[in-house]
Amino acid sequence: MDSSVIELDGLEVRFGNRAILKKLKASLTGRSIGLLGPNGAGKSTLLNTLLGFHKPSSGTARILGRDIRTHAREVRSLIGYMPENDSFIASMSGVRFVRLMAELAGLPREHALERAHEAFFYVGLGEVRYRALGTYSLGMKQSAKLAQAIAHGPKLLFLDEPTNGLDPPARTRMIQLIQEIRDRGDLHLILSSHLLRDVEECCDQVLILKDGNIAAFCNLEEERRANRRFLEIETRGSNNGDFLDAMEKLGCETAQGAQGRIKLIMPDGLEVRRLYEVAAAQNVQIRRLNHKRDSLEDIFLKAMEAPDGRL
Amino acid sequence: MAVYKKTYRPYEGELTSSWRRWLVIPRYAFEDLHRSKFLTIFFCASFLQPLISAIIIYVQHNASVFNLVGAQGANRLISINVVFFMTSLGWQSMLALFLASFIGPGQVSPDLANNALALYLARPFSRTEYVLGKMSVLLILLSAMTWVPGLLLFAYQGYLEGWDWMTANIRFASGIFFGGWIWILILSLLALSLSAWVKWKPAAGGLMFGVFFVAAGFGATINAVQRTNWGHLFNISYLIGSVWVWLFEGANKTTNGAVFFRAPQGEELPLWCSWAALAVLSLICLYMLARKIRGTEVVR
Repeated sequence: MDSSVIELDGLEVRFGNRAILKKLKASLTGRSIGLLGPNGAGKSTLLNTLLGFHKPSSGTARILGRDIRTHAREVRSLIGYMPENDSFIASMSGVRFVRLMAELAGLPREHALERAHEAFFYVGLGEVRYRALGTYSLGMKQSAKLAQAIAHGPKLLFLDEPTNGLDPPARTRMIQLIQEIRDRGDLHLILSSHLLRDVEECCDQVLILKDGNIAAFCNLEEERRANRRFLEIETRGSNNGDFLDAMEKLGCETAQGAQGRIKLIMPDGLEVRRLYEVAAAQNVQIRRLNHKRDSLEDIFLKAMEAPDGRL
Repeated sequence: MAVYKKTYRPYEGELTSSWRRWLVIPRYAFEDLHRSKFLTIFFCASFLQPLISAIIIYVQHNASVFNLVGAQGANRLISINVVFFMTSLGWQSMLALFLASFIGPGQVSPDLANNALALYLARPFSRTEYVLGKMSVLLILLSAMTWVPGLLLFAYQGYLEGWDWMTANIRFASGIFFGGWIWILILSLLALSLSAWVKWKPAAGGLMFGVFFVAAGFGATINAVQRTNWGHLFNISYLIGSVWVWLFEGANKTTNGAVFFRAPQGEELPLWCSWAALAVLSLICLYMLARKIRGTEVVR
């Protein structure tokens, strides 16, 4: 059986003559997938297309094995959606609004009411659930949007810029909620954001979009594992060459830079302590050692680089 | 699960059938409308006219009532005929216009103004079901004000007058039913499309009246300036009136419409023009709804 959460199969979306998404092809399998890209890259359009708001001009996509062209209704029954902009009915109380949304998703009215209350307590709005949504602060509105997205128990959660406009404590709380939902393992989530930190903290796969194209696709978990073996050291001593030879004999890949700087990729099983032992034996001082981390920011910046090297 | 556990859990219970999910919308809308005292009183008061009409029918068939008040022969003053039923429908239809102007814009414009459509349509719920759900609120209320009391009056008159009267005047019943439906469909489409377009309740309510009264004035101006009758195409009450006359009486017409819905004598347009104008108006409304009722607005 196909294990991909989202499969993009030459998906193209055009508004008039303008191509917004250009023949996207990818298979996303992670539990939590980040959609990254600068403003206007096509992140929200991709989510909206997956939800059936825009018709693909060519190609298609499959969500949990269902084609968005032929099974749009079924696809939407699997999804919980937290939109980027304010979306609510100002005069409705929070819990009534979430109940309405849960009922529209197919829950019987008693279950919908129960789940609406639960969702409000879960996102930390239990005390204000009877207040009109129009009176909520921005942070509360974001949480209420999350509540309506999870109340019906979706299999896949779309979060479009969930930390937009939140102050640091509210952002931390939102990220914690997302991580908690992710870690329970009951659903997959797609987080669209232009904030690298949000994606880095919540996602294990990242799809980077630029100008409607896939600029990069990486598995953050694998990147993190690989990064643990990548070292950058600064040495003092006369016989760096011998030191490098000794390290290569231990199975390291090495590259010498200027002013005693050396980059190393250590083989599995080799401890960092061994590095110091070899250095001491070669009479080389290790003045600085960094676990060079190819951060999401590096990955993102590389993906954003134009062919001529400019951003 | 108790709320104090405060944890996310998936839903594994039963789901409602998808074909009747749109009924959720009118249920919530009626809960909201019920909270408005003004609308409740207005709705109840709108049955005053059918009640008076029912009393007239009763009195018509009970000469003893006139004898009681010493007004023998007064029953000849009012006839229960086509004019009676059309007048009743006319009054009720005008009240329906007021009600539609009050409650119609409140159905769609708050959803659009607050971007809530994306949330509705991100669920297994189509645009058609959304419009149907919203429109059903108006259709139910306006039906209760127009053709339902009209048919009840017809049935009451038939009950008192006898089967022969009913079969001889069955066209009145179909006129009330279809005439009422045409009117409430036009009203509902206009209310929803205008409120979807302007996204602001008071403005949409005002526009409703504008479409009926200002457009009629505009049509009358065209008629006066151009010395023509084609300006009546802008007058919705004229169009409805001429269709009603045909529905109630067919080709052998004896009236020129109902109160508020009259086609002035000698200024009649061909009937097909009225039908065509109403069809065009409906299509424009449907187009406006199709453009505005979307999960997300596309900026090209």
